[in-house]
Amino acid sequence: MVSIKRSDGSQVWRKRTTGQSMVRWFGWLVGVAVFVWAWNFISEATTWFFVWDAPRIAGDIFSRATPPRWSYMEKLWEPIWDTLNIATLGTIFALFMAIPVAFMAARNTTPSRWIVRPIALLIIVSTRSINSLIWALLLIAIIGPGVFAGIVAISIRSIGFCAKLLYEAIEEINEVQVEAITATGASKLQTMAYGIVPQIMPAFAGIAVFRWDINIRESTVLGLVGAGGIGLQLSSSLNVLAWPQVTLILLVILLAVVIGEWVSAKVRGAII
Amino acid sequence: MTGPSVSELDTIIGNSWKKPAFIKRTWLRWGLLIGALIYLVLAINSVEVNWHRVWEGLDRGARFVAAFARPDFVTRWTDISAGMLESIIMTIASSVVGIAISIPIGLGAARNISPLPVYLVCRGIVAISRALQEIIVAILLVAIFGFGPLAGFLTLSFATIGFLSKLLAEDIEAMDKVQAEAIRASGARWWQWINYGVQPQVMPRLIGLSMYRLDINFRESAILGLVGAGGIGATLNTAFDRYEYDTAAAILIIIIVIVMGLEYLSGIIRARVQ
Repeated sequence: MVSIKRSDGSQVWRKRTTGQSMVRWFGWLVGVAVFVWAWNFISEATTWFFVWDAPRIAGDIFSRATPPRWSYMEKLWEPIWDTLNIATLGTIFALFMAIPVAFMAARNTTPSRWIVRPIALLIIVSTRSINSLIWALLLIAIIGPGVFAGIVAISIRSIGFCAKLLYEAIEEINEVQVEAITATGASKLQTMAYGIVPQIMPAFAGIAVFRWDINIRESTVLGLVGAGGIGLQLSSSLNVLAWPQVTLILLVILLAVVIGEWVSAKVRGAII
Repeated sequence: MTGPSVSELDTIIGNSWKKPAFIKRTWLRWGLLIGALIYLVLAINSVEVNWHRVWEGLDRGARFVAAFARPDFVTRWTDISAGMLESIIMTIASSVVGIAISIPIGLGAARNISPLPVYLVCRGIVAISRALQEIIVAILLVAIFGFGPLAGFLTLSFATIGFLSKLLAEDIEAMDKVQAEAIRASGARWWQWINYGVQPQVMPRLIGLSMYRLDINFRESAILGLVGAGGIGATLNTAFDRYEYDTAAAILIIIIVIVMGLEYLSGIIRARVQ
């Protein structure tokens, strides 16, 4: 407790009243209790024998996984191309769908505040809170496995993200420019094209590249559930315990993620 | 801003106004456009779509959408509640441990308060943690530690470290130096300097980021079950495999509601601390 005392021990000043420190103390107590309870649960669900054995297993896997099987690379070029396509086409479709949603969700452009805006916000929240792997699972059950399911999964997942950032950008625009365009007698569509779009264009390009970077990351693992791309090779190599191939694939994924991040940082740097 | 010169004005006057292009350099604009078109044609041609299968699937898609209207919480309630409990527990435990570990690493990864060797080690940890996706880490940890929530807990803690340390370090690097210097000038030791000079400045953002990470950890915990690392993902996967869309819809609705609740809560907390 932070307090200042005189030399005889009587208090001059202290940071919190007794009630406040009690509340804090109680909050910490509850927090620690919850954590201990959670940890006990995990501990009970764990076979500790396997955990004590883990260093040996890890060493064993490492020795079997090195060196990577470089010759497997020739089978990876096509999945890499597929992965790139899933990410890029998925991002493009997502942007097409996110633009109308964003205009409906932004307070200053929404056609109706009480009906359309809540619907748009619901679309944003629900697409954003469900992971792309779950969307992929769902789409595979509906339209069958393959690259197409991956593209649709990535694009649905990205709608919420892009629309949220975009509608925030729309809400922050300078209204004076819009008013100037309206004052010339422009129609609603013309106001949008000449008053709003030029202002959000840099934000839009930034969001697109940012999401593309994330989608590269996510599309590398979509194959684990059967939605195409390099994850498919990863999953089949894991199933037959071909560890040298797994190492190579993980290296490729790592490289793809790093390149994606580099490209996106460069492009965003050029825009801003 | 400099206006057009006189000779430029002569050419502009009399012509109708044209919207300026987003990318100003002509060759770059056309180059990007043509490159993008070529890529699109190649990419779309290489995607094989079995339209017959898609057409058949639309029926199932409609059933799934219909299932959202009447989700079935009851039939598999024991599985759903057990999976959800496991997800929530993994989220809480991994957030606490991840945040506790990422604070020292975040301090180490801030260039203005840590020496170069420490900085490089901490930045290395952050880079590794950020480059590996959760699901891949989970696969490796399940192979090493066996099935169960422990692998999921470790995965999420590891991912939390990369996320939180990086943002915390950036916040420390952007802090106001004057306050920290004032504490140091009063003769404070290193601990006191961090505690009174640095911590008060970054605390609001740290709390906000921690709440945000709690939210992300919950969302991620929903998929770790797919590879056997515990949580609701296994139940969800089974529901899809059995084509029990009403159960799957129930699980998805629970996830969405919890995420919305967490987002609302973190909004309140962030508004209070800032």
